[in-house]
Order: sequence, then C-alpha cells, then structure tokens
Amino acid sequence: MPTLHAHATARLAMSPAVALLLAWMLVPLGMTLYFSFLRYNLLMPGLESFTGLGNYQFFLTDPAFFDALANTLLLVGGVLLVTVVGGVGLAVLLDQPFWGRGVVRLLVVAPFFVMPTVSALVWKNMLMHPVNGLFAWVAQGLGVAPVDWLAQLPLFSITMIVAWGWLPFATLILLTALQSLSREQKEAAEMDGAGPLAVFAHITLPHLARALTVVVLIETIFLLSVFAEIFVTTNGGPGTATTNLSFLIYAQALLQYDVGGASAGGVVAIVLANLVAVFLIRLIGKNLDA
Amino acid sequence: MTRAATVQRKLAFTVIGWSVGLLLFFPILWTLLTSFKTEGAAIQLPPKFLWFDWTLENYFEIQRRSDYLKHALNSGILSVGSTVLGLVVAVPAAWAMAFSPTRHTKNILMWMLSTKMLPPVAALVPMYLLFRDFGLLDTRGGLLAVLMLVNLPIIVWMLFTYFKEIPGEILEAARMDGADAAREIIYILAPMATPGIASTLLLNIILAWNEAFWTLNLTAADAAPLSAFIASYSSPEGLFWAKLSAASTLAIAPILVMGWFSQKQLVRGLTFGAVK
Amino acid sequence: MKTLQRGLLALCLSALAAAASTDARAQKLTIATVNNGDMIRMQKLTDDFTAKNPGITLEWVTMEENVLRQKVTTDIATRGGQYDVMTIGTYEVPIWAKQNWLVALDDLGADYDVDDLLPAIRNGLSVDGTLYAAPFYGESSMVMYRTDLFRRAGLNMPAEPSWDFIADAARKITDKSAGIYGICLRGKAGWGENTAFITATANSFGARWFDMNWRPQFDSPQWKNTLQFYVDLLNDAGPPGASSNGFNENLALFQSGKCGMWVDATVAASFVTNPAESTVADKVGFALAPDNGLGKRGNWLWAWSLAIPAGSEKRDAAKAFIAWATSKDYLELVAGKEGWANVPPGTRTSLYKNPAYLRAAPFAKMTLNSIRAADPTRPTVDPVPYVGVQFVAIPEFQGIGTEVGQQFSAALAGRTSVDQALRNAQNLTERAMKRGGYLK
Repeated sequence: MPTLHAHATARLAMSPAVALLLAWMLVPLGMTLYFSFLRYNLLMPGLESFTGLGNYQFFLTDPAFFDALANTLLLVGGVLLVTVVGGVGLAVLLDQPFWGRGVVRLLVVAPFFVMPTVSALVWKNMLMHPVNGLFAWVAQGLGVAPVDWLAQLPLFSITMIVAWGWLPFATLILLTALQSLSREQKEAAEMDGAGPLAVFAHITLPHLARALTVVVLIETIFLLSVFAEIFVTTNGGPGTATTNLSFLIYAQALLQYDVGGASAGGVVAIVLANLVAVFLIRLIGKNLDA
Repeated sequence: MTRAATVQRKLAFTVIGWSVGLLLFFPILWTLLTSFKTEGAAIQLPPKFLWFDWTLENYFEIQRRSDYLKHALNSGILSVGSTVLGLVVAVPAAWAMAFSPTRHTKNILMWMLSTKMLPPVAALVPMYLLFRDFGLLDTRGGLLAVLMLVNLPIIVWMLFTYFKEIPGEILEAARMDGADAAREIIYILAPMATPGIASTLLLNIILAWNEAFWTLNLTAADAAPLSAFIASYSSPEGLFWAKLSAASTLAIAPILVMGWFSQKQLVRGLTFGAVK
Repeated sequence: MKTLQRGLLALCLSALAAAASTDARAQKLTIATVNNGDMIRMQKLTDDFTAKNPGITLEWVTMEENVLRQKVTTDIATRGGQYDVMTIGTYEVPIWAKQNWLVALDDLGADYDVDDLLPAIRNGLSVDGTLYAAPFYGESSMVMYRTDLFRRAGLNMPAEPSWDFIADAARKITDKSAGIYGICLRGKAGWGENTAFITATANSFGARWFDMNWRPQFDSPQWKNTLQFYVDLLNDAGPPGASSNGFNENLALFQSGKCGMWVDATVAASFVTNPAESTVADKVGFALAPDNGLGKRGNWLWAWSLAIPAGSEKRDAAKAFIAWATSKDYLELVAGKEGWANVPPGTRTSLYKNPAYLRAAPFAKMTLNSIRAADPTRPTVDPVPYVGVQFVAIPEFQGIGTEVGQQFSAALAGRTSVDQALRNAQNLTERAMKRGGYLK
C-alpha cells in the first residue's frame, strides 16, 4: 500500500471542497476585509477613500458594542443551557416506553422545521402580545397582570423563541445517542443496586458526552449570528437590550449603509467567533477524537 | 417490577410525554387553527379553539396575491439542489479526512467551520456587487452556489464524523483488489454510509429551506423562495393575524411534512460516533 | 477521481448557465412595492393596466416596509438593476434624486394633469422643481377618537385640540379594568415608527433635531418636555406593551375598540371606519394633530410614491405604468370596484372637490387640512438646516433615527430614565454626525 499515492489521492479528493471554501473565504470575506479599511457609504458614492483602522475604531467605540457583545454571549449561553438541559430531559422521556410515543416524537421535533422568521412572527403576535396574545389571556384567567414580554423581559423572550426552535435538534441527536446505550449496561448497574439517579449520572450522561459536544458546537455556530428573531420582534430594543453583534452590524450595513463600518464589524465578529470556537474546542474538543 | 407497577409507570409517562409534546407543538397548532379563522375571530379574546366559523378565505386571499407555488418550488429546488451539490463536493473530502488523516485534518475542519461564523449581513454588499457583475442577481444558480457554500462546512463535518465509524480495513481490502478512489467511494463507502449520508442530506435540506438572509436579499421575483413570500405578509396595514397564520402554515407545511415522513432516516445517521 | 471532478465541474457550470439564461423578456416590469392595503388593491387591478397596454406584463414583488427599503436601497446604490419601478417615500426622493439615481418624471403625458397634485406632496417629491416620483397615496397625521367614549365622559373634541386637552381627555377616558386605554401612540423603535411620531410631536413642542450648525439638540429643555410628556401620557393612559406597538399594532387595538384616541397616519381613517374590519366603524371622529400654541402642529407628511431607477432600460413602459397607477382614472377605477372611500387618498386636489368622495369619506376634509398644515421645508419653530417633518432628509437619518428610537422606547418601557435616554440620544447622534462630516 503506497501511502504516498494514497495521500495524493486524499488531497485530490479534498481539493474541491477546500478550493470552494477557500474561494468563498477569499472573495466575499476578502472583499469584506478590504472594505473594512475603506471609508465607503453606499448612499454617498464616489467618496470612497482609505481610512486605515478608522472603521474599526468607530465600530469598537460604539456605545452599544459591549452591550452587543454581552447580549450575544448571553443569548448563545441561554439557548445552549435551555436546549441542552431540556434536550437531555426530553431524550430521556422519549426513551421510556409509553402510549403514542411515535406521535409525541413528531410533535416534539416539529418546531425545528419552522423558519426563524415565521416562529418569531407567531410568538410575537399571537402568543406574547400583551393585549391580543394568548399568554396575556392565560395570565388574566389566572388573575395576574399580563407580562409585556418583549418590553419587560426582551432578551429572555428572544432566548425562549430561539430555544424553542433548537430544542428539537438537541433532543433528536441526544435521543439517538441514548438509544444506542445498551440495556444490559443499564440493567447491570441497576442489579448492582444503583438508583436511577446514579445510573443517569454515571452511565447515561458520560455516554451522551460526545453527542452533547456535537449539539453545543453546531448550535453555537448558528446562534452566534441569530438575526431574524431579533429583527422581527424587538428591532434590537428597547434601548440596546436585545442588540447582538449581528444586529449591530445590520444597523451599520442596512440602516446607515455604512459598508466600511459594517465590514469592520463583520471582521470583528468573525475574530470573536473564532475565539469562542477555540475556547469550545479546548473545553470539550477531546470528546471529538474518536 | 410487578406488572401493575409497569403499567402505572407507563401511564405516568404517557401523561407527561403527551403534555410536553402538546406544549411544544402548541404554537404551530395555534397558527394552523388561526389560519382558518376570520381576521376578527383571530384576535378575539377569550380565544376559540375549535368552535369558530372555519373559513378558507385567508388561503384564497393569499393565492390571489402571491404565487405560492412558484415560491415553494424555488424553496424546494434551492434546498434540495444546494444540499445535493454540497454532498457531491463533501463526500470525497470527508472520505479523505476520515481515512487518510494527516496532522492538519483537524485544523482544516476547524477552518471550514470558521467560514460559517461571519454574520452574513456584513458580507451583503460584497456579495451583491459580485452577483451583479456576474449577472446572478435573482437567479437560482447564484443562490444554489451560495447556499451550498454556506452549508458545506456542516456537511463535510457531519460526513466526517460518520465515516470515522466505518472500519477502514474494509475500504483497504477493496483498494487491494484494485478499486480506484472513485469506485471505492461510490461502491463501497456510499452503501455502507447511507444512513449517515441520508441524515446529512435531510438536515441540510432543512437548514437551507429555513435560510432567510441570502435568499431574501439576493432575489427579487424569479428566484424568490418562501422567505420572500413571508416578507409580504409579516406586517401589512390592518388586521393580519389570520392571513399571517395562513401564510406561515403554507411556508412551513412542505418541510414539516417532509421532516415527519423522513424522521427515521433523519435520525438514523445522527449518531456522531456514539454507537461505538 | 478525474471523472468525478469533471462531472462536478460540468454540474456547476450547467447550473450557472441555466441561471444566466433566465433573463427577462423585453417588456416585463418588475415592481417593488410595500404590502399596504392600497398597494395590494392596485396589484389586484393589474388586468386593467395590461388590457390598456398590451405587450407589458407586470411582476409584483411585495414586501414589508423595512425589507422593501433595505432591498431597493441596496439595489439602487449598487445599480443592481433588479427593479423597473420602486415604491419609495418622501424621505428617499430628495436624497436619491441628488445622486442622479432617479429618472425625472416631467413627461407623464398630457392628460396626467400634474398641476392637480397637492402642492405640499408635489414639493416633497421634487428637487429644484422637477418631479422625481409620482405620489400613489399621501398622508399626514391626525387625531382619531371614539365619539361614544367622549360623549360618555362628557368631553367635546375641538377641531384643533391642544396637547394639554388630549392628555387630560386620555386620562379621563382610560378604564383599564374594562380594557379601554385613553390613547394609543407609536412606541416601537424605528425611524419610521416611534421616531417619526415623536419627532413630529417635538416640532409642536418647539424642539428640533439640529441647530443651524448641525449640532444635535437633545440636550434642550424642549426635548426633555416632549419626551417626558410622551412617556407620562402613555404610562398613565396607554395600553400595555406600548413600547412594542407600531402603526399596525395600534391599528389593530383601535379597530378592536381598545383605544380612546389614536394620533397617527390619516390613511388609517379609511380602515377604522370600514365596518368589515373595524368594530368601532360608526363611532370614530377626527381632529387635527394637537399643538402647544407655538405655531406648529404635530402632523407629518408622507407620500408612498412610484419612481424609476436611472439604470432601468424600460423607462417608457415604466412611465406608462406610473402614469396609470397615479392617474385620476385609477381613482375612478378603484371607486367603481370598491367604492369611493377606498381610493388612495392624499394626492390630488380634484379628489377633494369630488362630491361623491366627500360623501363617502367622512375623514376627507380633515385629511386635506392635515396635509395642508404640514410644511416639510419649515417644520420647526426655530430654524433648521434640513427638510422633513418627521424625519431629517440626510442619508444618515435612517440609522440615527432608529438608534434614537431605541432610546425612546427604552424610556417608555421604563428601562432607562427620560434624562438618560436623551443623553444617550445626544451622544450617539453627535457620534454619527461627526462620522458623517457634519461636525468637526
């Protein structure tokens, strides 16, 4: 088996994917990087000029920048917490035999198929609306003052909306992993006198470690750039309570039409996202090794 | 455990399971019900759950106003097409990474994933300029390429984790018998990895179907998928809850039905190595 | 492996080729428009146009306001050429016309009767006397109120109310246990939402966005009075969740009988008096937007208008369409099919002399008076370097207006104090004006 030849073939096999992604990175990302050094506003054509690090300075000194950074992390962290804890719970639940389990599983996974825009519209207008919404009606029925969700608890509300969509994803992956856990292993532990909690902590959870890693990693990638849910519900407000990095960049790009500033914001976001990724890999990356 | 205890336990889980399931499904169910109400009934409190005057008026109104089928067809073509294209590129790459790993493999994977981390809105203007110069604005071809690139890292990564579960010896044996790389992938690897490939395919179709930034901002009329369709119902003047519900129902129905029917296939390959 | 690669290349190329060949037929007009009721009606009347103009087909791209704006702005600024006709407002027209992005509409035909357009609206859509967009419908703002609730409270709405009267009446009418809120106002952040309303209100309080040197004025006592008044009024007499209510949310509240008063766009008048949509259709009265005795009323001016991007190759067809959609005949067409009350209002003088319209639309006179009372070129008590009543017609305004709107909505939601919100607004506006080169 000539390894040299094998490696050449392997490289060849990888080349289309690598080349495409390289092009994807070099062309739009490269252009973004280039624009980030330009003073360039779409609405004022012909005035483009080199501005060095001016755009970065402008973006990083935005009074909303640190709020946006904190909101981004809170949103990612909050959704991860809800989906991981809820996902493990749901997976364990759906692993138990009960009547109509197949149908319940269909109900549980359904939110994953709903477009973010649609789910935000539905939650905002039909559920969370303080006058016409269903939650307000329930609150009134219970004799409590209705909560104005998006004004009083804006970030929490958005976390809930986003988590609702991602919970099924976590559940599906964790359930699959759970089903591969052999009954014998569990039963053996139970024979040894371990209670259900001990079995869960010492057998089930370690078994799920790798699936959990996958859930956390994939979700983080998507959650770092949550946008539609915020755009539809709160427009980043009230104040900057729900402005995350994506929304801040959106405001630069599609409200100010400040291409230079938005590009600088994009570069900052990708740097920060990679920091998060490196941190995650350090933290849980060992689970990814086969 | 006694028989009675088992039944009791099963009963308890049935109650809990159904409550949780219905709770999570409720927003969708509510949307579906509202779509059959009149605008007046849609905001009526206390709400009526089943005993209202059912009407199809909202659906007729939507059909009068927009070409739902065109948008749905575009969504279908874009999500399936971009995923299939992505698989064609990703399968060889994941194969190479899984069976001939080098010390760079993990870094390459990480680098691929990192290309997904740029917030799309930051790259809108560059992309728009590129699309304009290549005549790709409002074309399915252009969007297919973008959606494929956006999801390619996830596809490669999912396939990679699945392929790693397959014992390399079988592939090696085939290679000994003189199969070249293409044959090895198509005739040996692909059949063994069908569940993984199917899961990847389905998951990425869902992700591409729900993508709402590029598909909305790089299209106008011809290539616009359901994300653009929804944008015309999200908040017009006047009462719009019922029409919004009908439009939402139409936008999620195809993917939801597909997801439900293929649920087994979707799940089977999502094991990410937990089988071992 | 080679074959695989070659196959892949072929696949990509064919996908691109297929994409490139879908270019449009000669006379298909792509029209970007907003999903408001009057536009949706126009879309349904397409057949009338195509029957009169064989050879031209229309492709509608209907979007929610914010999405529409971001898409058409990106397209026109990059000369993307995706649209032949764009629906834009009084804010965009002067800015875009100065960049030479729009085709001048000075030859819409002899029977178009351009002099029939309401002067205030026409001026707002012209630069140096040349019309760059044709108004489809125009609006100002006014007070809409529930006559039954006023009668029950023993109140009498004057034709030209003051803010003090409005505030007092709102508090008297409010009956939270019955789900009646004295006044509904915009609170949702956005330059076209709460910022528009509060800016117009601020004008009547003697406040302004900038002084003649473009220095932001949020640190002035007039602004403090405006915002404090607005926040207190809505806290006392507004509906819950006011900080997320925009035009639509308030319309729904008013139509379902939850608001005693609503100060908003004049176009809403036909929705709230339409018995098919509104539960209070026969109990609505109208009055001019309030003032504070300073000589300026809190009413704005806006016109959704149709324009042709300079890059369009189908100018003649696009002009034919615009002339049709904004003509007197179009008004007749809608009147014939849907009744006079439903014609797009606020663009033509002749409409307000038409007895059939005046009979069908009880709000017609008040709409006309409101539009006449707004003056975009002199919007404020003190002089300003900008035009625009509820906006400032500079490119930076969309961004600034939205960020300031977020501060206002935070003050309304009680997340920051009024003073803090104004301080933040002042700082962020200064920052943006420095970046824009207005301030050193």
